[in-house]
Amino acid sequence: MLIECDNLSIYLGQRKVLSNINLSVESQEILTILGPNGSGKTTLFKTLIGALQPSSGVLKKKPGLKIGYVPQRLHIDETLPMTVKRFMNLPGGHSQSTVASALSHAGVPELDKQQIMGLSGGQFQRVLLARALLGAPDLLLLDEATQGLDHRGTAEFYRQIANVRAHLKCAIVMISHELHVVMRQTDRVICLNGHICCQGKPETVRGSPEYHALFGLDSESEAALYLHQGHRSHTQAERVSDV
Amino acid sequence: MFDDFLVRAMLAGIGVALAAAPLGCFVIWRRMAYFGDATAHSAVLGIALSLTLSAPLFLGVLVVCLLMAIMVSSLTGRGFAMDTLLGVASHSSLAIGLVAVSFLSGVRIDLMAYLFGDILAVGPKDLMLIWGGALIVLGLIAWRWPGLLLSTLNSDLALSCGFKPKQEQLILTISLAIVVAVAIKVVGVLLIAAMLIVPAATARTFSSTPEMMAVIAACLGTFCSVSGLQISYLMDTPTGPTIVCVGAFLFILTNLVFRIRR
Repeated sequence: MLIECDNLSIYLGQRKVLSNINLSVESQEILTILGPNGSGKTTLFKTLIGALQPSSGVLKKKPGLKIGYVPQRLHIDETLPMTVKRFMNLPGGHSQSTVASALSHAGVPELDKQQIMGLSGGQFQRVLLARALLGAPDLLLLDEATQGLDHRGTAEFYRQIANVRAHLKCAIVMISHELHVVMRQTDRVICLNGHICCQGKPETVRGSPEYHALFGLDSESEAALYLHQGHRSHTQAERVSDV
Repeated sequence: MFDDFLVRAMLAGIGVALAAAPLGCFVIWRRMAYFGDATAHSAVLGIALSLTLSAPLFLGVLVVCLLMAIMVSSLTGRGFAMDTLLGVASHSSLAIGLVAVSFLSGVRIDLMAYLFGDILAVGPKDLMLIWGGALIVLGLIAWRWPGLLLSTLNSDLALSCGFKPKQEQLILTISLAIVVAVAIKVVGVLLIAAMLIVPAATARTFSSTPEMMAVIAACLGTFCSVSGLQISYLMDTPTGPTIVCVGAFLFILTNLVFRIRR
């Protein structure tokens, strides 16, 4: 066991965001947390990294646990000049070779002299991943790390994550809302909506009524919706040309 | 050497520039320009207060600036946006300060000296105060540099590395109040924000890392102070505004040259 939540509840102001969360992360497993907007996914993450204190319940960590954290969409102000190399060594204390190997584990060994501002979305996510790998973490937390990436970029990123686990032997907990994308890479899924609705193997969760109640549509009907909308805008265009 | 008022003025200008420039970088990165302005404006109230209580000017300004900065940071997010609060606080504290100063009928006050600075009147004691304050600010920023920088980048990232972004914010707030308190004599209430922002904004063009930007800003600030002082002596212009003019000229020049070379 690396980290364990025992009956954890969290209030933000007056609002109860998470109630009675029981979950534990074993070493080297990949756990995906799914949930709609406002379901408390990011709050749970902030509690795991220690940014928020639980209002009740206990958070247990393995002594000396090292956590690597990849935040959700990081906005860097363009007024702040920052090379990838300097960003990697902030707060510092890592040797050049450590930084170089973290960058190559994340699949971007050539970026070290570039300005952060000039990176593409996918490159920046990998730099953030590399930064989280620096301290050789036992547990890697990824908060919607593929937000803003296209399908190909997302698939490549998840392949990189699987690679990272194979090489560095760390556990990975990630937030996502795309079960069909992470299915193959994840060992266990937790559906969150203020509390844990259901959990288990990805195939089990996908078949469960709780999952369908939360997300309504599975990927097939999403595709159907997309086709339908495409069709409608087409007919509208035709109508305009009639006039 | 310290007997010469021009030497004293130069040293005072350098002291303020050295402290203001690195702090100014944070003001720019965190988009706190208006915050700096509001803190500086509240100094007029501090001046009125210390004249009323016949307390040292430095102390009165420091206390009022700190109160102002802490009040604005703690009220933000409670139903008001930061810039609304600053707009209210900045101009009302300036107005209240000016009204309060007018009640002090016993003493004759040269208000212009406080609004635009009077660097040529810097005495040996002021000089000690300026350099003392500047060294404290530089020390604070150097000591907390990694935490300050990481909190500026992203507060969650800072928290996950064991830093406390709120604490780092407080350190910047205190530094800002100290810089305002020591810079009043040199550039005055209305132009302190320029000493913070103009050199740092100019340095941005040449910098590839945050450290580089802070060092270049400090050099530019020093250059502006020294050359501004000489120009104002030769041309008989007000010193504080002349220093800021040199800074503004450099900013425009470097940006034009960079645009053309690209």
